[in-house]
Parts: sequence; structure tokens; C-alpha cells
Amino acid sequence: MTFDPLRGASLAVLACALAGSLALSGCATTEAAEDGAGTPPVREARALPTGLDAAVNPDPYPSTYRPLPRENTAIVGATVLTGAGTRIENGVVVITDGRVAAIGGAETAIPAGYRTVDARGRFVTPGIIDVHSHLGVYPSPGVQGMSDGNEATNPNTAQVWAEHSLWPQDPGFNTARAGGVTTLGILPGSANLFGGRGVTVRNVPSVTMQGMKFPGAPYLLKMACGENPSRVYGGRNSSPATGMGNMAGFRAAFIAARDYKDKWDKWRETGEGSPPTRSLQMETLAGVLDGSILIQNHCYRADEMALMVDMSREFGYRITTFHHAVEAYKVAPMLAREGICAAMWTGWWGFKMESLDGVEENAALVDAPEGSCAVIHSDDAELTQRLNQEAAAALSAGRRAGMTISEEHALGWITLNAARALGIDEETGSLETGKRADVVIWSADPFSIYARADQVFIDGALTFDRMDPAYQPLSDFELGQPGFGLPAAGVRQGAR
Amino acid sequence: MTFKSLIIGALTALAVTAPALAQDTVAITGGRVLTGSAVIENGTVVIRDGRIVSVGTGAAPAGARIIDARGKVVAPGFVAVDSGLGGSEVSSVGGSDDLSNNANTISASFDVSYGLDPWSITLPVARLGGVTRAIVVPNHPGGGGGHQHQDDSDFAGAGEGGYQSPGLFAGQASIIHLAAGTDILVRPRVAMVAPFGEAGAGVAGGARGAEFTQFRETLAEVRLYARNKSAYDRAGLRDLSLSRADLEALIPVANGTMPLIVTVHRAADILQVLRVAREEGVKVILDGAEEGWLVAADIAAAGVPVLLNPISNLPGSFETRAARMQNAAALNAAGVLIAIKGNEGSIHRARETRYNAGNAVSHGLPYEAAIAAITVNPARIFGAAGQFGELRAGAAADVVVWSGDPLEPLSQATNLFINGQEQSLTSRSLLLRDRYRTGGEEAMPPAYSR
Repeated sequence: MTFDPLRGASLAVLACALAGSLALSGCATTEAAEDGAGTPPVREARALPTGLDAAVNPDPYPSTYRPLPRENTAIVGATVLTGAGTRIENGVVVITDGRVAAIGGAETAIPAGYRTVDARGRFVTPGIIDVHSHLGVYPSPGVQGMSDGNEATNPNTAQVWAEHSLWPQDPGFNTARAGGVTTLGILPGSANLFGGRGVTVRNVPSVTMQGMKFPGAPYLLKMACGENPSRVYGGRNSSPATGMGNMAGFRAAFIAARDYKDKWDKWRETGEGSPPTRSLQMETLAGVLDGSILIQNHCYRADEMALMVDMSREFGYRITTFHHAVEAYKVAPMLAREGICAAMWTGWWGFKMESLDGVEENAALVDAPEGSCAVIHSDDAELTQRLNQEAAAALSAGRRAGMTISEEHALGWITLNAARALGIDEETGSLETGKRADVVIWSADPFSIYARADQVFIDGALTFDRMDPAYQPLSDFELGQPGFGLPAAGVRQGAR
Repeated sequence: MTFKSLIIGALTALAVTAPALAQDTVAITGGRVLTGSAVIENGTVVIRDGRIVSVGTGAAPAGARIIDARGKVVAPGFVAVDSGLGGSEVSSVGGSDDLSNNANTISASFDVSYGLDPWSITLPVARLGGVTRAIVVPNHPGGGGGHQHQDDSDFAGAGEGGYQSPGLFAGQASIIHLAAGTDILVRPRVAMVAPFGEAGAGVAGGARGAEFTQFRETLAEVRLYARNKSAYDRAGLRDLSLSRADLEALIPVANGTMPLIVTVHRAADILQVLRVAREEGVKVILDGAEEGWLVAADIAAAGVPVLLNPISNLPGSFETRAARMQNAAALNAAGVLIAIKGNEGSIHRARETRYNAGNAVSHGLPYEAAIAAITVNPARIFGAAGQFGELRAGAAADVVVWSGDPLEPLSQATNLFINGQEQSLTSRSLLLRDRYRTGGEEAMPPAYSR
């Protein structure tokens, strides 16, 4: 691992994101540079008062996530959809120390002493990744005192971090896990041009946000095109009130961010003059410019996506993912050429003008060109529980259009492509040797409406078991509420 | 228009109508037939003159047009309850939405049937999901209906004006069919709609006690008016809080002939609604009832049907803290007549009704009960038993042939009849799909393709 403190704070975060779990402890501080492998600093940086130099502590709210208790396990006999496009009948998944140690057919060797899970007749997939979630920031119950997802006070709130709004007791985390979701991109809302930083979490029960934070995952920046920012601020007779106002607001912010980053870079190089004053807002945008923070851009319309792509060239950064990309199918070849993921619904359309042209075939059409990255997302605490069904509806629509798409391929829309959209595809998103053992055992083909997640493993640890109340966690909020502990329809309820 | 194009136009019109003229009997043979309450393997469904002639295992009548449904499933068209189909085109575009009304003189008397648009682009999309009928309900302008996206919900009302005291009632519902044509209205004014619970309390002033009191006072005024119409017309009656139109509209509710769809969620509120309905002699249909499973026996004993969304399992508010995926199964097991709703007001996402039914099955509802909950049960609940919603002789021929189990996303409709007329399986969405299916980068812009 190399680390160059001269290149700014956010690179450290990226380095952490790229590193394996063994290096994770180094991600909490900048001391990773002391491992001797880093390039020696050209100049001893002048120490600033605590908190004024982001590079000193680039990860001030570090992950404290630890996998739940686990044992080495082999899941045998299932139909395995790896998430990377392959299907294995009568497969074996070997999990060692929370990682996929081996995957293959029935002949795959299982080391002695491993717990064996008989999954004959069932299906195994990677854990599902929802790239667009507001769990914790718009939790259940959706009451005013807890509605913390939109800092709708200024069109640019790049300085706010969703993780600082995240309520870990949101019961929606538990219901999402019961639907097979193991990783979530938690984003601020879309009232603003720049809504703030998003955070990627492991979907494990935790008393603190830090206990869920995906170690080393890059930060995300929520941006929003279109109707929402212009409606919110135009409604207050302030800018932006139009699509062109949106663009002017984006561009002004990136001009300021480029200037801010340039000042810090110069100061770090020369050490001369006064250091720039740290700005949380500019720091996030500078992180976009140096590639360490990944843009998650709410953008419905095809023409607006094309504008955003040009703007990324104007200021020299990359767009990682368009969200709610309802019209992505109109520019599918461009998205593939640009290497931009499109995160989509299958069934949502018509609720506002920019969603009018939504088609069920969106994912299939976006997926078609070489190099594409089609993702199915939720934006919804109910839909996130059934992303497999949303993918099934998208697959079905594609087949209705005469396209040949396999289930093992379509599964990538909610697993490996989703991991790529969040910049964590080296770590999770597919059942491949060396990756985190985020695994779902389904009662049936996950593209069937009747499939239920029987067991959900995160980093090799059992976190949910549909048959075992001991593995059906409840949030503090759910304890003792109406209906608590009562069986409905003869089913004792641990999972709602 | 040139002569040539006139001829082509005439030929096109002939081509569209010709099949119905040539063969007025259709037999769908060899499929797995879900009648709405039973299953017939290798069944034959015969359609003539807009109605179902027979459902059984016999041979097709001679001369009938045969639709080979071997390996397929034949089901009644689905009925979207608590729907806005035909009454709203784009949810956020107020001018295209005729489902809610803000005037305090037209509340109970608000009648959605006048605003229905047979040319709505939402209808063909719903048809592709097997939906052939809908119960179109008004939305209360004070809240309590529909669903807002999380991205939008937190600031949607910012800077907007308040409501003009819209009154307790949202208005009256209609039954529609979804066949292409000029008239989709089947029956107007089939039910009155009113929000209770938090939403109703908000309308009445903030507390549930105020709403129930206002509701009972309203019924008292309606009865007073009904007994003294001539005095009212002479201005010889004391002042009443409702307009004459609203009083008139509520007479059938007060005398128990028109059902009142009560949007209610909390178990405690359900019990109050059942009690007040019994005491007032009002016929109610519960809508929502997320906590219904806690009082399933009470609902069943009252003989009150429930419209529900089986995937509402989160404690999204303090009146849905007991929401569970098993609600549909529990209510059905207790003997409650249930109908399963689509999503988000069942307009653009009415097509997801079948998935909701499937999810109820995977959480304990028997398969046949789930099919009934989207076909025959809605017809029963809205006074149309035997008229549609089931495959049986004499019912309207709303029949859908599916490539497989209709509750599965991987199944698609292959033929669809409404009132015996085969419907085209196209939609504006599919036209968009076809326009861009090759990538949209050809030399001629997509605008030149149809």
C-alpha cells in the first residue's frame, strides 16, 4: 500500500478502499504511511491546529465494524448464481475466516472441521446490495423528529454527511436483511444540487453508525439533477429555479472546489503563506475532483445525463452512477462508453414529469452494450426488501422484448454491478475467491415471487435465519410495541 | 387528406375490427384455468357476446376461434382496488389529476366518475399487468392516501398553502373497466371514502375523538336533512355544516346502502370504526388495516371486508407499529373477505397487484385465496358478485392468458380480453422501448421511428 500525504486527504480514503481487510486498521488514521512502503514526504508539513487540516485525520468517524461471531462453513448442494454471471448446479461455497475460500461444483474440497449447510433444492447468491437507500436517515417511523435525510436549507450542502443522520435502530435494516440485503449505500435526499456525503454500510445490527460502516468503502456524494432542486429552491424564489439554474449552481460549486483544492495542493507543496481555511463543503467536492469520493447522481432524464457528463469533463472528474436513471435506456451506448453505472427501478414511473418515460425494459436495454453497468435500486424501505423481484420483473420485460438474458447474468444488476456502483466490487458483490462471504441462501429461485431468504451471511457470519428466532434481530424501537411477540397467521414474528 | 390515405385509413380500421366480426365465439383451450375460486386443469373457457359462456373441460364449440393455452394459465382479469386508474396521468401534475378535491362544499358529493379519461396512458400499462377493472377512489386532499417517495416526501409541501377545510370525506368511488374505447365507466358512486386514524384526526382538528364526534354529528345532520328536505328547501331548517350536495350524497351512507371505505391502520382505530359503524348502521369497508391481524376475529365477526397491501410491513407511523407481512394470511384465516391492492395508489403501479398477491402467498396466504383477493373478492366487496372478476358462465368476459403463473414476474400476459374484446398488448411504454431498443444512435434521430 502506498500513501502520499502530499496528494491530499481524500486519497487516503481511496487507498483504504482499495486495501484488503488486513490493512483496515490503518484506515482510521494516516499512520499507514509509516509502514515504510510510502513515498517519503518532500517536506515536513507544517502542523495546523487540530481539526484544521483534513489530511491529518482523513477518517474522523472511523468504522468500528466487526463481523458477528462466525465459523468456517461450507454451503453445499445448491444452485449457485455467483453474481459474476455464472451458474453452478449442485455447487459448493467454502467460507474461511469470513471470505470465500473456494467455489465450484460438487467436487470442490471441503476442509475438515467445517460446518456444512445442506442447501440442496435451494439457491445461493451473493448478498444483495442496495445502492440507493435512505434507511436510518428517513427511518421508520417516518415522523418529523426523525426525518433527517434532506438538509433542504441550501442547494449546496456538500458539507453534510448522511452518516451523521443515520439512526441505527431503524427497523428497516432488519426487514431489508430478511430480504437478503447485506450492503447499503445510504444517501442524503435529493432536495439539493449537492445533498451531501453518502456512506456505505454493512447491514448488521449495531448501536452506533460506526459499527455498521463498511471498512474502507469510499465516500459517496449525492447530487440531484432535475425537478427536485428547482422545485424546492424555485418555490422559495431563490436559485435554482430552473434546469439552467441547476447547471449554473453545479458549475459555480466546482469552480470554487477546483480553486480550493488548488490552494491546498500549493500550500502542501510550498508551505508558504497562510494555509487555506478548511471548508467541509469544499473538502467533499475536492474529494470528487481527486477521485476519492464517488458521485451518485439522481438524474432521471437522458438529456440531463448528457449535460452532467459534459460538466464532468469541464471540471475533470468522473461520474460513477446515475440514480433513478429512468431514461438511461435512451443513452445506453453513451453510458457504457463512459463507464457510468445506471441505477434504476423496474416498475416506478409516472409520478412526476421526469419519470413519465419510465419503461420496465430499462435495465435490460442499459445492460445490452459492451461495458455497461445496469443496477436495480430501491430508494424505498419496502422495495429494498424485494430487489430480487424488481430484478425479475426487469428480466421478464427484457425477455418480453425478445432479448436473451440469463438469470445468472441479471443477478449482477443487484450484486456485482451494484458493488461497482459503490466502488466496493473488489470486496463484495460476487461469490469469488477472496471476496467477503456475503451470502444468501434462498428457499427457491430468487427470480420467483415465492422465494424467501432463508439465511443471510455477512462476512461469513450468520446474521438472519428465517427458521430460527435467535437470528431474527429486532431494533430497540420494535421491542414491546403493539403486536410484539404475538404470532400472526401462526408464524411467530421475528422477521416482520 | 388525400384519397389514397383515406382508403388506407379505412383498411386499417377494418383490419382492427375484422377479427371480432368474423368469429364472435372464442374458446381458450388446454390451459390451467383459475376461475377465481377454483382451479381446472386442461380447461376450456368459451367467450361470446362479451360474456363467458362456459368454463369447464369440454371441447371447444365448432367454428370458434381457438386460443391454444396449453402450458399456459388462464385467469380472470385482475381488479385493482383503491386505484386511481383513469383519474390521474402524472401524479405531480395537478391539472392531470382528478382524484382529489379541495372545496369544502363538494367533499362527500365529489364524484370521480366525471374526471375519468378512457385515453389515459396508464390504462394500457395496467392491462399489461393483467388488470382489467378498477375501483377508482378519490384521494382525500388532507392526506391519508397515496404514497410519497422518500426523495420527495420531506419537502413536497414546503412553501405551499394550507387546505381549505376539505371536510371528512374524500368523495365517491367508481367501478371502471380498462377496455380500449370511449367509455370505461361501469358504475359510478359505488362507495364513499373517508380517512380515519391520524389523517382523519388531522382533518377534524388534530385528535381522533374530534373526528369520530364530527362523523357522528354529520350523520345526524344527514338524517335530519333527509327527513326534512322540504323544510330545508324553504330555508326552514337550522343551519347545517355541510352543503346540500354533500348532505344528499351522504344519505345512502347514513342509511347503510352505500358502503363507506374507511382508511384506517391502527388496531385500536379499527375497533372504534367497527363499533361506531355498528351503532350508526353504516356499512364499512376497511382500507389499509395494517394492524388488522391483531383484531382479525372482531373484523370477521362484523362481516366487514378489508382492502390491504400485503407488503406494508414497516412501522412507518405510530398507527402501523404492528404491520406484518402475514396480515393478509391472518385476516383470511380468520374469515375476513380481503382484496389485495397494487402499489402507490394503484395507478402507474397497478400492474404490481399480481406481485403483491404473490408475496402474500409466500407469507402464508393460500394460493387460491390470493387469486380470489385480486379477482372475485373485489367484485363481491363492491356489489358486483357474478358480474366480473371470475371465470364463470354469465360473467363479463375479462380473461387473461398468461405464459405461466400470473403471480410470477417471469410470466407475461399473452392474450387479454375485456368484455369479450381482445385488447392489444401495447402501451406508450412499449413504444418508447421499441424506439430505443437499438440504442438510439442511428443517423436518423429516434423521433423518426414509430
